[in-house]
Amino acid sequence: MTRRIIPAVAAAAVLALGLSACSGSADATTDGANASSVDATTATSADAFGGFDQLVAAAEAEGELNVIALPEDWANYGKIIDLFEQTYKITVNSADPSVSSAEEIQAADNLKGQDTAPDVFDLGAAVALAETAKFAPYKVQTWEDIPAENKEETGLWVNDYTGLMSVGYDAGVVKEPSQLADLLTSDYAGKVALNGDPTQAGAAAAGVQWAALQNGGTADNIKPGIDFFADLKKAGNFLPLDPTPSTIASGETPVVIDWSFNNVAATAANEGTIEWKTAILPGAALGSYYNQAINLDAPHPAAARLWQEFIFSDEAQNLYLEAGAFPVRLNAMVEAKTVNQDVLDEVGEPPADLVQFTAKQTEGASTLLASDWAAAVS
Amino acid sequence: MTSIATVRRQGWVLLGLTPFAAYVLLFLALPTTLAIATGFFAKDGQFTFDNVAALWDPAVLRTFGSSLWVSAVTAVIGAVIGALLCYALLGLRSGSNVRGLVDAFSGVLAQFGGVMLAFAFIATIGIQGLVTVLLRDVFGINIFAGGVWLYEVPGLLLPYIYFQVPLMVITFMPALEGLKPQWVEAAATLGASRLTFWRRVAAPILAPAFFGCLLLLFANAFSSYATAAALISQGAQIVPLQIRAALISDTVLGRENMAGALALGMTIVMVLLMTAYSALQRRTERWQR
Repeated sequence: MTRRIIPAVAAAAVLALGLSACSGSADATTDGANASSVDATTATSADAFGGFDQLVAAAEAEGELNVIALPEDWANYGKIIDLFEQTYKITVNSADPSVSSAEEIQAADNLKGQDTAPDVFDLGAAVALAETAKFAPYKVQTWEDIPAENKEETGLWVNDYTGLMSVGYDAGVVKEPSQLADLLTSDYAGKVALNGDPTQAGAAAAGVQWAALQNGGTADNIKPGIDFFADLKKAGNFLPLDPTPSTIASGETPVVIDWSFNNVAATAANEGTIEWKTAILPGAALGSYYNQAINLDAPHPAAARLWQEFIFSDEAQNLYLEAGAFPVRLNAMVEAKTVNQDVLDEVGEPPADLVQFTAKQTEGASTLLASDWAAAVS
Repeated sequence: MTSIATVRRQGWVLLGLTPFAAYVLLFLALPTTLAIATGFFAKDGQFTFDNVAALWDPAVLRTFGSSLWVSAVTAVIGAVIGALLCYALLGLRSGSNVRGLVDAFSGVLAQFGGVMLAFAFIATIGIQGLVTVLLRDVFGINIFAGGVWLYEVPGLLLPYIYFQVPLMVITFMPALEGLKPQWVEAAATLGASRLTFWRRVAAPILAPAFFGCLLLLFANAFSSYATAAALISQGAQIVPLQIRAALISDTVLGRENMAGALALGMTIVMVLLMTAYSALQRRTERWQR
């Protein structure tokens, strides 16, 4: 009898100790936040902390930042995270790099109140506009540089970067396409992949929108884009495989329709093994900005705000550019001569007539995709 | 006296079952109920039949069609091959090495599914797979000449059969072993040929078990998700993939509750199968008494 009681008592004691330890650490963090005497969760600018240095101090006191859905090879996020960690005494915890924007929001819901919840989001336009209730408003110091159409007026979300829709291809396997219709020829049999299912992934939906613009469609009518992929399927050229850096490296996906920054990243990643090139075709160009936002329930509210400042700083914006993504402050940086000119010369100026779908047009396109896509490619 | 003891013993037995019952309730019944219940609400929490009505959408019906035929085809092929394999094993002495080996392999392979299995198939017969490249470069045969079928619904057949056959072996073998040698002898004594024995005695006895296993295989394929998710990335062509699409889509928003309705559709199919399975099971038990 006693033998049974002892382990039980011991277990209860351990539990009690554990619980008190937990509550102890919880108290400690609250104290830490109070020390700066600013409630970081409601701060809408660096001024609310008493200046940028105080924001840095508050963020470093938290010491950690949780990001989600930021693959290292996506728009240079690997380098951006490294530079942030080097600049500030903050550890970045990068969770689930390959999840979708919708899953970022789900993670925030599921982990709400826990210290592993995401602090910041990097979202596609459709999800960002639908979930504004989950964001904390914040205006970065470089706020004035950002064009009005690229930000929510109170700073709930801000556009951070866009790519151009492009065709990545293995130059050792296929020749360069000079127009989208080239992909329908037998040279590309079973070789053309789209980055994801357009009824699920934003980049893939943009691929169909781009195909529409290239084939006489408009932002209000993407049917020609769906028809293009149906033709591609009929020609036996459509490869129903989700391209990833590894499928590109292994040669499974020799042609990939995707954002330019992803295709540019593949070139560097496969240097010396395969000759991956990016073709930005003449005719209509399509871009779609991603959106930066702070989780309203961020477990590290000050670090989240510092990350925001960092994303829109010259350093991080130049890193986006280096990956072939056009940062939102590009024009202002060109004017102020803070842009990395060598990189800009290499990447090229963004086309002046870049088409961007409005929220309503994106929604209309998605509705059509939901009803017609599966039949077009199966 | 004895009856009180029995009652008391049953009481203890029930008590022993409590943790398991609580576990099932918490981690199976509750989540299932919650998942299905979401199908009856709109995103803003309003009660609605819209999601359930959307099950009749042609695109959704097509998905259920694909799920049903893939499950049916792999279940039938798996059951037939598995049963033949069991019959062949029966010819071997019980306890022989080969039989032990096949038993052990079946146990392992029946559980070898998911992303691992998909990867194994991609590595062997994927576009740059070992076998694909060998056939193409050495024999000039392009297995994907008619399209890259491995990444579409027909591509699920091979991987599914891969785990269906061993599952059939481990579930059907005990029934086959239950055929008593005395029955063969009795039939022979009465002048039955071997064929007559199989036709008039063994087949009727084994039929319920066989169809029971067939249903199990069907259910197994119908609910498989990870293998398909790793192979198919275009079009969400079977129901579990459609559920994923409804939950995580970045482009078609606000369909999260549709996942609940799809789960309801799957549950109905499964309940029908389970009912058929338990009816068959009762028939089999008649012979085993």
